[in-house]
Amino acid sequence: MKNHTTMERTSERELVVTRTVSGPARLVFEAWTKPELFQQWWVPKSFPMSLVSCEMDVRAGGAYRLVFSFGGSETMGAFGKYIEVTPHSRLVWTNDDAGEAGAVTTLTFEEKAGKTLLVMHELYPSKDALDAAMTSGEKSGVSETLDQLDEVIVTWARP
Amino acid sequence: MNHMVQYSKGHLDASFSALSDATRRGVLEQLGRGDASITDLADKFHMTLTGMKKHVGVLEEAGLVATEKVGRVRTCRLGPGRLEAETAWLEGYRLLWDARFDELESLVQEMKRKEEIDGRNKRK
Repeated sequence: MKNHTTMERTSERELVVTRTVSGPARLVFEAWTKPELFQQWWVPKSFPMSLVSCEMDVRAGGAYRLVFSFGGSETMGAFGKYIEVTPHSRLVWTNDDAGEAGAVTTLTFEEKAGKTLLVMHELYPSKDALDAAMTSGEKSGVSETLDQLDEVIVTWARP
Repeated sequence: MNHMVQYSKGHLDASFSALSDATRRGVLEQLGRGDASITDLADKFHMTLTGMKKHVGVLEEAGLVATEKVGRVRTCRLGPGRLEAETAWLEGYRLLWDARFDELESLVQEMKRKEEIDGRNKRK
């Protein structure tokens, strides 16, 4: 049976994503922290964009920078730095491409019986920042949201 | 605060499949600006009446559009079941991560198999 992904806004400033991945934490961590492996899964094949380059200096204070190609020619960067790197159990990074509105992401890896539970926690600096990240905010109406879907995919693509 | 519980999974599925079509998204956008008859919509999107009726039917079933027939004209407006933008965004974001984790998982499985083969080869 396929493992389920959950997504929840747990507070005004927080989003939490969870997923169990079959395989040991050691390998999941490796796939997340080695650029040549990261590049193979970060952009799902069904998405209209690709990862052009990927630099990751995975240690506390180290920087990462991703460049995406979107709609053929347009490119877009995502960058930030790692705040905490604890092999096989915990990664914390900033999302600086969003400026002061950028979230701090904490990812934990918890291994149990050959599977790894991933809990990804995004903490935004304010309610406004998360509301804005969720695009249309007060405008409501799903058509607006879907019109912005292409842009949203780009904002989703940050690590 | 849990926004996902406000909507049943079935409702979300119907909404997202209704929204998987560009014309239907365009119709919703159009109706966001004001009510319109099926004939208006068919003209606007350069479609036959029958084609437009089908699209409106799918949107109506998902609760995204409501229609009312007055005389010979069927008027369409945005329906009561439209998703809050935030819920739609969360579901979209969840779908992205779900797809991404699927890819991660198959890569990890591949790494695991490779390790096992390498391990066996070393022992030989």
